[in-house]
Amino acid sequence: MDTRHGWVAPRALAPRHSAAIERRRFRAVGLERAGAVERRRPTAMGARAATLATIAALALAGCTSNSTNGAASIAVAIADDTCTLSAAQAPAGHAVFTLKNTGSKVAEFYVYAADGTTIIAELENVGPGITRDLVVALDEGTYVTSCDPGMDGSPIRSDFVATAAGRTESPSAERQAALDAASTQFLAFVRAEANSLATKTKAFADAFAAGDDATARSLYADTRVHWERLEPVAESFGDLDPSLDLREADLGPQELWMGWHRAEKVLWPPTDGYAITEADRASIAAQLVADTLDLKSRVTDPAFTIAPFAIGNGAKELLDELATSKITGEEEVWSGTDLWDMQGNVDGAYAAYESLRPIVAASDPALATELDQRFGDVNAILATHGSLAKGFVPYSALTHADVLELSRAVEALSEPLSRLTAAAVL
Amino acid sequence: MTDPDGATADGALPGGALPDGMLPDGSPVDGSPVDGSPVDGSPVDGSPVDGSTVDDATRAHGFSRRAMLGAAAAGAAAAGAAGAGGFKVGRATAPILGDMAFGFHGDHQSGIVTEQQDRLHFATFDLTTDSRDRVIALLRRWTQAAATLMTGSEIGAGAVGGSPLLPPDDTGEALGLPAAGLTITFGFGRGMFTKDGKDRFGLAGLMPEQIQDLPHFSGDAIDPAFEGGDLCIQACSHDPLVAIHAIRNLARLAAGDASVRWAQLGFGRTSSTTRAQSTSRNLMGFKDGTRNLRAEDTTLVTKWLWAGPTDGQEWMTGGTYMVVRKIRIHAEVWDRTSLGEQEAAVGRSKGSGAPLSGGNETTQPNFQARGASGSLMIPTDAHVTIAHPNRWDGAMMLRRGYNYTDGADTLGKLDAGLFFIAFVRDPRAQYVPIQEEMSRSDRMTTEYLKTVGSALFAVPPGIPHGATLGDGGAFVGQSLFA
Repeated sequence: MDTRHGWVAPRALAPRHSAAIERRRFRAVGLERAGAVERRRPTAMGARAATLATIAALALAGCTSNSTNGAASIAVAIADDTCTLSAAQAPAGHAVFTLKNTGSKVAEFYVYAADGTTIIAELENVGPGITRDLVVALDEGTYVTSCDPGMDGSPIRSDFVATAAGRTESPSAERQAALDAASTQFLAFVRAEANSLATKTKAFADAFAAGDDATARSLYADTRVHWERLEPVAESFGDLDPSLDLREADLGPQELWMGWHRAEKVLWPPTDGYAITEADRASIAAQLVADTLDLKSRVTDPAFTIAPFAIGNGAKELLDELATSKITGEEEVWSGTDLWDMQGNVDGAYAAYESLRPIVAASDPALATELDQRFGDVNAILATHGSLAKGFVPYSALTHADVLELSRAVEALSEPLSRLTAAAVL
Repeated sequence: MTDPDGATADGALPGGALPDGMLPDGSPVDGSPVDGSPVDGSPVDGSPVDGSTVDDATRAHGFSRRAMLGAAAAGAAAAGAAGAGGFKVGRATAPILGDMAFGFHGDHQSGIVTEQQDRLHFATFDLTTDSRDRVIALLRRWTQAAATLMTGSEIGAGAVGGSPLLPPDDTGEALGLPAAGLTITFGFGRGMFTKDGKDRFGLAGLMPEQIQDLPHFSGDAIDPAFEGGDLCIQACSHDPLVAIHAIRNLARLAAGDASVRWAQLGFGRTSSTTRAQSTSRNLMGFKDGTRNLRAEDTTLVTKWLWAGPTDGQEWMTGGTYMVVRKIRIHAEVWDRTSLGEQEAAVGRSKGSGAPLSGGNETTQPNFQARGASGSLMIPTDAHVTIAHPNRWDGAMMLRRGYNYTDGADTLGKLDAGLFFIAFVRDPRAQYVPIQEEMSRSDRMTTEYLKTVGSALFAVPPGIPHGATLGDGGAFVGQSLFA
């Protein structure tokens, strides 16, 4: 098929298109300019509309001529019998056609190559009253736009020219410097947490190995907070997470259970008589110390870096962890210290966001405002159940209403957080 | 099921009989439209049928995700040409899919007098924001998304059309499916106006008296897990996946402002809302909704369904009120009940749907008729006796219920029943007194049913034809926030 065939909604996942998806994915990541890409644009709209709103954001995206990527903006006014473009040309690069249907019919809009038949991009089913965006990547050259207000086969066609204006869509030097600064800042956070984790783990492990369960219990949750703050980084190493953080429910047959949660079950045994040998205690303790030192040495290796997209994705993953296993009380099934873990997850996600925030505040200020607010909401709710300094209530003390409130706040944070990476990196 | 006969136009009052086959307003019940307006006029250009109460639900152009697939498969097909292979391209062959999509705009919301679809996904929401502006923004997002979904399109940048660094705007499970008759209906519960004594949005003075809390009816066993909601969305479609896709994506668009409180899937309509539809059976095995208020009964629809400007809250003009009740059937008990007792409880023949006094499904019941033994043929505590509209000054409702099942309960019993939905102009007159009597005296209700869920909503009017949606545009419930 034509490699420049547009890939826009609505569309189905026919096998023949999978290659096109992969190509486009690659292109979009690399910010190359061939082919059509439709995506949400950063906008300077009010906070509310930007929040979650796929539709609203798209509806407003026409005003993106000053967006960071500098996409050209063309208004397409559709009535029952007319279709008017606000411009007949635009600089090559990304162009946003904002279709506004004020007629009573369902309309469609196509961008064809110069031959008038090869589809570059299309948007169908634009219902009465609807505004939608079609984002197209245009190489320099001539195109044909086609607008059909009734989708009845009598389109209104006109030529459209992409001119050779020298616009760049690569990250500017300024943006690149900001991304580098974000990586540096977040890396410092990760290294500090890994250091605290290793130090506190040593104290915990010593008490545990010595059979001083009271001390070990008092150190358990506070130590794990550091792990929960940097878990996505640790997970990226593959081997450390299963060794340190496997829950009993995660165990496969014949699998040796080590790590935090084995110690947890020993310290908060389900019934009297959940016994463990001294040798096992020693071996669990030694492994915890070795693993956390290993983690520390890996992240403090001068060659270790964290890419900006990994920072944003890591923030989302931390909230996903919270939303699935922490909010249900499954993570700390014996100790009931899930609220410490939740606070750790939120802290880690916030640190990631904080490092990217200067970039997001410029590229999508509404998203930054939303995230500030939603992080604040979650932290405020957690604070009603305790604090890291003074300790939290056990999970079992939470009522269903408490859990529901927390869950809803986490969902309200997680949806906009899922747009952090794109806002920072694109 | 709770009332195969309830709130209908059965006619024949014991004391003031109308001729058989005649509605109280003198119109025929034979299925012919009262005013001769088309019920299913399918204007190819999607323009509305004017002047008819069914115009909101008029079948519009049928463009669909499936049609898009056809267009995509056609690759470089020029606009206006039919797709090569696969499905025909929607635009050139609209009539093929023409009956699969309903128009969004209209004086009334869709999904009320719309010919009832086979599947339901219903959800109620708690508003989690205290900001009036955010509620308005939410309603705008929902409105535009609903209008888009009803055309069979994906929302936003679609399921696969967006940036690879962003989660897709649309969840994608409806890719390749047509609009499948999707309608989306929004309702406002008491919590929109006042909650826990707080007037969160400055709307307390605009709460319709029609949605005052339903009383406790005898035998009610309302589970808080199926009760109330500040908002509701009813999504109906002929395809369950399309209905689920709609609610799922609308719920996602609400994140941070509203959160699902409870939800219900329904299947197999238990009512008919147009004369073209046959009477269906409920999970008790009986024909249900024989005498429902139907779209063609324009005079009755005006009288019993749509709120008028003098009903108390002017902003509700053109709206209606939605009674939602989750009614569980004691299925195992019912199934081992003799046929005679089943029919006596309902007051109708299980096979034909005819009243026990004789005739066929549409024959008026004769409550005085006695059998050979001298006893009444229709028992005084039969459902048809209690729920008969003539007992209630002819009050009618537009029922739009579905069967439901949630699998089995922990005792291994079928967890199933009727998800009762009725639209009425005033629940205080058209629902509450009837349900009160049924819950006390109706043998079918008291012996074999248990209401476990309940909610009541004000359903605002529709979006006028020609209104622009999106930022700054029209939205469902706009008159409330004027």
